[in-house]
Amino acid sequence: MSSQPPVGGDRDLSAGAVGSFLSQPPAPSTKPRRRIGVFVCWCGVNIGGVVDVERVAAEAAKLRGVAHATHYRYMCSEPGQRLIQQAIADHRLDGVVVAACSPRMHETTFRSTVVAAGLNPYACEVANVREQCSWVHRGEKELATEKAIAAVRAMIEKVRQDEPLEALRIPVTPKALVIGGGIAGMQAALDIANAGREVVLVERLPSIGGHMAQLAETFPTLDCSQCILTPRMVEVGQHRRIRLITHAEVESVSGYVGSFAVRIGRRPTYVDWEKCTGCGLCQERCPTKVPASFDRGLGQRKAIYTLSPQAVPNKPAIDAEHCLYFQKGVCRVCQRQCPVGAVDFTQGETTFEETFGAIVVATGYETFPKDRLGEYGYGEHPDVIDGLAFERLLAASGPTAGEVRRPSDGKVPQEVVFIQCVGSREPERDGRMPYCSRVCCMYTAKQATLYKHKVPDGQPYVFYTDVRAAGKGYEEFYRAAEEEGVLYLRGRVARVFPEGDQLVVWGADTLSGKRVEIRADLVVLATAMVASPGSKELAQRLRIAADEHGFYTEAHPKLRPVESSTPGIYLAGCGQAPRDIADTVAHASGAAAKVLALFSRSELTQEPTVAWVDEEVCAGCGLCVPACPYEARRLDEARELDLRHQVAKVNAALCQGCGACVATCPNKACQLRNTSSSQVMAMIEALTGFTG
Amino acid sequence: MGFDYVDRQTHLYFPGCTLSTKARSLDVAARAAASSLGVPLQELPDWTCCGATFPLAVDNLMALSGPARILADARLLGAELVTLCAACYNVLQRTNHWLRAQPEKRDTLNYFIERDYRGDLRVMHYLELLRDVVGFETVAARVVRPLAGLRVAPYYGCLLLRPPGELGLDDPERPTLLGRLLASLGCQVVEYPMAAECCGSYLAVSAPEAAAECTSNVLLSAARAGADCIVAACPLCHFNLGAWQDSARQRHPSFGGLPVYYFTELLALALGVGDELEGQSLRDVMPS
Repeated sequence: MSSQPPVGGDRDLSAGAVGSFLSQPPAPSTKPRRRIGVFVCWCGVNIGGVVDVERVAAEAAKLRGVAHATHYRYMCSEPGQRLIQQAIADHRLDGVVVAACSPRMHETTFRSTVVAAGLNPYACEVANVREQCSWVHRGEKELATEKAIAAVRAMIEKVRQDEPLEALRIPVTPKALVIGGGIAGMQAALDIANAGREVVLVERLPSIGGHMAQLAETFPTLDCSQCILTPRMVEVGQHRRIRLITHAEVESVSGYVGSFAVRIGRRPTYVDWEKCTGCGLCQERCPTKVPASFDRGLGQRKAIYTLSPQAVPNKPAIDAEHCLYFQKGVCRVCQRQCPVGAVDFTQGETTFEETFGAIVVATGYETFPKDRLGEYGYGEHPDVIDGLAFERLLAASGPTAGEVRRPSDGKVPQEVVFIQCVGSREPERDGRMPYCSRVCCMYTAKQATLYKHKVPDGQPYVFYTDVRAAGKGYEEFYRAAEEEGVLYLRGRVARVFPEGDQLVVWGADTLSGKRVEIRADLVVLATAMVASPGSKELAQRLRIAADEHGFYTEAHPKLRPVESSTPGIYLAGCGQAPRDIADTVAHASGAAAKVLALFSRSELTQEPTVAWVDEEVCAGCGLCVPACPYEARRLDEARELDLRHQVAKVNAALCQGCGACVATCPNKACQLRNTSSSQVMAMIEALTGFTG
Repeated sequence: MGFDYVDRQTHLYFPGCTLSTKARSLDVAARAAASSLGVPLQELPDWTCCGATFPLAVDNLMALSGPARILADARLLGAELVTLCAACYNVLQRTNHWLRAQPEKRDTLNYFIERDYRGDLRVMHYLELLRDVVGFETVAARVVRPLAGLRVAPYYGCLLLRPPGELGLDDPERPTLLGRLLASLGCQVVEYPMAAECCGSYLAVSAPEAAAECTSNVLLSAARAGADCIVAACPLCHFNLGAWQDSARQRHPSFGGLPVYYFTELLALALGVGDELEGQSLRDVMPS
């Protein structure tokens, strides 16, 4: 039986052959098995205490095609496995049914057992007589035994028709794509590259660094964010195994773990970065000033710009929406001033297509939109700002060179109100987020502390819901903030409105039960962290799951926190859920470790129990294509030339064997290997005693 | 009346108790204006009180039987029900929302009120009728007496806007609906921060000091923003805003009082159908 061709074995499996890995029909000569062995496990008292295992074995021995049947106390134990192997040799068995616990527990164990005795692993099946029988029928021993016999009888029918299969082998391209150049993406890229693997890092903005580059100092140590980040940025920019593609986005993804074919589109910067030396003359001379989004609109940049003076790459891009040349056809000052002739107004979009073995998604977060926070006057009054904007006021590299001056009139604010949980933890409000954004308690404590350092006679107030300071050194940091004179008020704010040149803040102090009114010079909102814009669309392109808020869903909330729902695609940082810098770096390193583990093998194996299509029966209706949740299905020319229509093809590497196509196919042309219609019918007949 | 009979389409209308008594001018002006705009209102027959407040108890089916019966009866006559009083709107719209969201309890309620209402009536505030059916541009085009130069502070209160998930009439924090209508009448709409704050509501009875403070905040804020008058959409707001003017003056001696009108009164006036209105003369507020 081992002479039959393995599934997909005659296909070109080279890395470039994405999509050519098609499932083959089974060999026509598969003969039913006639010498099946049945092994009933007691599992101590787990099964044996309820099911009459001796009777199950005795009944099985009577069945057609069963050459041997026995029972044993622990079939998964070493002697139990030896017992199976010995029986295979003694009785010349060609198939095995083990009646034991769930196949999720020990299917792999018993398949390895039969392989050692010379059988094909797929000639061994497990009948679940524990979780689905003895455990749920404790008080009904007689009925449980009947049910166990029926389960064994059905599994014998399945084994009778099981075809011998070989695991699918999928080649691995040891090159990683990292999407997003914030601290998460940078950390993952560096970890992978430092382990000797190639990385392409794609960033939407002109330079890397993400939100961390905007921060002043970081909690709880008050490290300067720029000081710890910029060396990393430079390392990424100069690493010989990292190729940086900024001002670019992932346009499409196909393929599967080991070989994803990815198209990356790079928007024009209108500056030839090969020629540009980063001298900065163009930015100096450009006449057009635009509010700088990097400074949250508090500072200005030119129409030709870099995000910050520390940008990596330190090459400018032209913002065509504001550039006089693009808007009015005049100016061209930058082009004339550039000493190396790097400005190129004709530059178009460039597209890269590459194959990657693994993808790390690190697209980060955005803050809650202005227009949905009416009660705080956010977006209406210039002195109501969000936490990121306050970071820019605190940052030495920011628009005020680190002096806290309010946006409206440049006055140093004497009374500053910080409001936490803005847009977070508001499940009762439509359009607001029910979750906790996790970092706001700590960064508010940090901002209030830094404000107090810079304006010692100023008074910071913090409205909070409850201070969540879970983390190493966090609670101590929050206590220190209180001791520095930050006034904490437990309650929410109902309204912020201007009066004179101040802002009136109406809130509640729920500890004293009093309403509070504060006349503030500046209001800082700890706005919710929300998923990066476009995260849901990217999730669709990557075929990974995202929750209702646009955060990517991990494969398991406890045990697989860095894996997405799609093999070979990993998650790093706030794209998965809000988290602080320390947790983001740990998460990203976890993702990198998973990528490196994947790259440690030259090929992957996958279960061959996938779908296939009988091309002679397939009418090419295409119903199975949208039914497939894994995009493993497409319509294509039939293999046989005399079939003139298109037929459905299965990409065996993507197929997870779920059977959705089998249920959908009106002609029964779709079949699952080793769960064929005739097997299922035979199993039903065995279970019900109905024989037609 | 000069409206065009060809365009005539009547809209089923639930006035509610207060509009038949204390707030007659809100009602009379609304009917006159609607007729002149070609969307005459037809009163729902045999209507009862809406209940006046939406029950705060989670499982109080009995309190919903009244509004549910109103909705069920209206549905037999049409697909929409226009209402005007902010309290009636709040109760009817929320009851409707509740009936849609809870089919099992709806069945219980239907059984009790002996109706078969499926939650498929559109409860429409009079302002929505103007915005969606008539259109504010059309309103502006029908204005015969522009209220130019009149600085009006639109006051929304709570019941028109909250809870937003169940009502959905306007942004509860930055509402614009009344302001847009008033602008179409030629008024100069005054922006002030208290437009959607509470007037004190029934605290006027149980804790008058608290109601006085709420109302004073609204009045003083509107006056400070330069309003000539303040416009309400709710009989209770209208009452509070009028009743606590003295206490606002006590808080801020320079406050000279602020006339309070229903928005329908200004609407009828601008459309030239306000002459037969009862009560105070609107001409008093017009700048000379």
